[in-house]
Amino acid sequence: MSRVSLEVNGASVDVEVQPNTLLVQLLREKLDLTGTHVGCDTSQCGACVVHVNGQSVKSCSVLAVELEGAKVTTIEGLAQGGELHPMQQAFHEEHGLQCGYCTPGVVMSTVDLLKRNESPTEGEVREWLEGNICRCTGYHNIVKAVLSCADKMKAGDASAAE
Amino acid sequence: MSNTGIGKRVKRKEDRRFLTGKGRYTDDINLPRQAFAHFVRSPHACAKINGIDASEALSQDGVLGVYTGADWVADQLGGLPCGWLVKSKNGADQVEPPHLPLAPEVARHVGDPVAVVIARTKELAKEAASMVEVDYDDMPASGTLAKAITPDAPQVWPDASGNVSFDWEVGDEAAQQAAFAEADRIVEIEVTNNRVIPNAMEPRAAVASYDPNADSYTLYTTSQNPHLIRLLLSAFVMQIPEHKLQVIAPDVGGGFGSKIYPYSEEVVCTWTSKKVGVPVKWTADRSEAFMSDAHGRGHITKAQMAVKNDGTMLAFRVETYADLGAYLSTFATATPTYLYAPLLCGIYKMKAVYANVKGIFTHTVPVDAYRGAGRPEATYLVERMVDKVAGELGIDRIELRRKNMIQKDEFPYQTPLIFQFDTGDFEACLDTALEAIDFAGFEARRAEAASRGMLRGIGVSTYVEACGLAPSAAAGALGARAGLYESAIIRVHPTGSVTVFTGTHSHGQGHETAFAQIVAEKLGMEVDNITVEHGDTEKISFGMGSYGSRSLAVGGSAISKATDKVIEKGRKIAAHLLEASADDIDFEGGEYKVKGTDKVLPFGAVAFTAYVPHNYPHEELEPGLEESAFYDPANFTFPGGCHITEVEIDPETGVVKVVDVAAADDIGTVINPMIVDGQVHGGLVQGIGQALYEEAVYDDDGQLKSGTYMNYTMPRAADFPMFKVGFHVTACTHNPLGSKGVGEVGSIGVPPSVINAVLDALKPTGVTDISMPATAQKVWRAIQEAKAAQAAE
Repeated sequence: MSRVSLEVNGASVDVEVQPNTLLVQLLREKLDLTGTHVGCDTSQCGACVVHVNGQSVKSCSVLAVELEGAKVTTIEGLAQGGELHPMQQAFHEEHGLQCGYCTPGVVMSTVDLLKRNESPTEGEVREWLEGNICRCTGYHNIVKAVLSCADKMKAGDASAAE
Repeated sequence: MSNTGIGKRVKRKEDRRFLTGKGRYTDDINLPRQAFAHFVRSPHACAKINGIDASEALSQDGVLGVYTGADWVADQLGGLPCGWLVKSKNGADQVEPPHLPLAPEVARHVGDPVAVVIARTKELAKEAASMVEVDYDDMPASGTLAKAITPDAPQVWPDASGNVSFDWEVGDEAAQQAAFAEADRIVEIEVTNNRVIPNAMEPRAAVASYDPNADSYTLYTTSQNPHLIRLLLSAFVMQIPEHKLQVIAPDVGGGFGSKIYPYSEEVVCTWTSKKVGVPVKWTADRSEAFMSDAHGRGHITKAQMAVKNDGTMLAFRVETYADLGAYLSTFATATPTYLYAPLLCGIYKMKAVYANVKGIFTHTVPVDAYRGAGRPEATYLVERMVDKVAGELGIDRIELRRKNMIQKDEFPYQTPLIFQFDTGDFEACLDTALEAIDFAGFEARRAEAASRGMLRGIGVSTYVEACGLAPSAAAGALGARAGLYESAIIRVHPTGSVTVFTGTHSHGQGHETAFAQIVAEKLGMEVDNITVEHGDTEKISFGMGSYGSRSLAVGGSAISKATDKVIEKGRKIAAHLLEASADDIDFEGGEYKVKGTDKVLPFGAVAFTAYVPHNYPHEELEPGLEESAFYDPANFTFPGGCHITEVEIDPETGVVKVVDVAAADDIGTVINPMIVDGQVHGGLVQGIGQALYEEAVYDDDGQLKSGTYMNYTMPRAADFPMFKVGFHVTACTHNPLGSKGVGEVGSIGVPPSVINAVLDALKPTGVTDISMPATAQKVWRAIQEAKAAQAAE
């Protein structure tokens, strides 16, 4: 067992983990943060995407012991003060989710996309989603939601700057 | 007046919990002291089990038990039943071998569970499972449908000679033969319908517990129909009385058919939870899902169509082999028979259709209903055939379809195969789709693509399907072993808010919103005042769950009927309070009103009076305001439409790119257009996935070659354009909502349009046939072979 101290959704966490404990196991099984999902065992479905130090990662592909001092944000930590993040809101507005299982990973992934590229094209959104599989939505409304969120965030930035 | 009633794009009530990580799926549920199950699965497609040595596993500290098929047999428990009895043309019942949750003597597919280890931790259960030594005699296997139907193929079951479970027929063969005799031409086609894997993103899971004080069980499971699971476990598998078994299907992450059936794992968790005295939990990993979830499709078909030179379609003859897998799953025998063959008329007016379907056992995981279930297989065959007829007769493929399709003034239309279609307007759907995709402008786009060295093609498909399962008496006459009605309870609370209980199950379809809209419309309130409950056998009296696009047409109709009863009881209460005759009371916009007066009473006041009945017609009415309804549909519903796909193929690589898709569907009354659009999008991607990417590949010996996302191609976002989705609605005539169903239209309608588009694009190369999935490799090879053939001429 090893000890690891990190920050998860703004709270300090200090836990004992096995050397082979994955971040997703730490989140789901030790911290009861079950919003992060597991949909495959080959690191392809993307249901487990979270942010580590602000960047999207597949939490099935990170060992918990690697995360000493890291800041982890999961889907549970995205909304602030009861207010949905603009990406969550956009998924709601555009019907970008059906069964909801892939949704946390897709939302966390696309939040990172807009940090890197604030006005992606439709094609860039689709390419970015390479690492996320959705079986329900046909991706159509996911793409719409991301594009709509980008527009709204830019408009928000513009009005904030005024 | 409701602002959130029928026809409104109401945002989903369920979204917030999913978007904030607060969904509650089965694997999110942890019970105190729970142990974990890990299954020992056969690595062989067919193997005799000589013995199982679990001594090393049992010696591990923390292992609570290891159980095998022999233990199951010793407990004198039953098998997983098949829900439909199909009879062969000679009158014999389908061959229906036993399906015990743990194979006791012979393992019959890779992944067939033969033992289970229960341990304190998941890791320990897995490790101990690797210590269980199974002494197998590996035997020859029929790993594919093509192999299983050869004369000397290894037999899956001793009493299924030639691996045939049933040899079934439908249609008037004499009439078909007479029509063939009148034909100018007989057009022939051979197609396969590729076997695919449903791949709901949430892997299956179960958590079961036993309460020795009450002698009762609770099972959380990833199910589309918890009541059916309870019924089957009670009546057939474990003989637990229904009042002693609570089944809860909480949030479920997609189903697409694969979560209809009772599976070994949930049964074994329930069984062992009593043996080990603590709750037992199991969650599949994806590799396990690939080899244990029921697969879909899997047909080999030869067909002939009799036509006149003017394009008149006379008759159709179809012979299909359908892969059943190693055991008969719940709807395994209904899917390739009654859900398939009666749709072989398509939307066309043929005099006679005859179909013969042989259900074939293979040494593979069971095959059962997958989104569309039989109807995609029928549509694919018919629409490939129609394009082939057009090609052979030199008739325009659109004109050929127009000439033969059932016209809107010909409904109700009795087909030669069982069904009577109530309403539809196929030509309007065709025209809507042609316009949406700018069919008229296609040749210019083809020429432009050619200038870039690309092959562009466009493909059309029409379809009609049968869903809204199902009128119980009719389904029973066809072999169903269950009724297929639906139940609903409308509970009006004293202050006027409402809880709706439905026996259907939502696993992505948005019932919590759409069903609330039905009640909101009727009661003149907003959906915020209404909660929809589903998925728990203790909360909901009974139900048949969600599949076959039945939830709205059948479950929604039950809700509608129960709400009508609430309104009627309320009318009597209002009549008493307003001192008028109930016949003189109108209910509109959430208010009871005495006709021709301004005397009104809001619904909320009536509800309150029902629960505080001080001034109340006690001699006539009981207090309270709660009504239930069971709705058994009068007929199936028949959504139909037209899907058109445009593709571009790079002849150098064989890569097929879908560049445009237009869908025009007639799904009956639309409750929530936003949800309906989403259902079509999802179905289209699953349909295009089948046409271009997906295939469950077994080798002849029954090893699953496509067992992970590394080698089973799931459709991704970059594979698609934005879809053009439109509707042309004709209301269903026989249910109170006028709804037909939308869940499966995409996966039914689109695949043949994709392949017809691919063949249209490949026309200049000389390629005339290609099978699904039209992968880059397959397309490239076809081009090379056509080139070689031309060079040889």
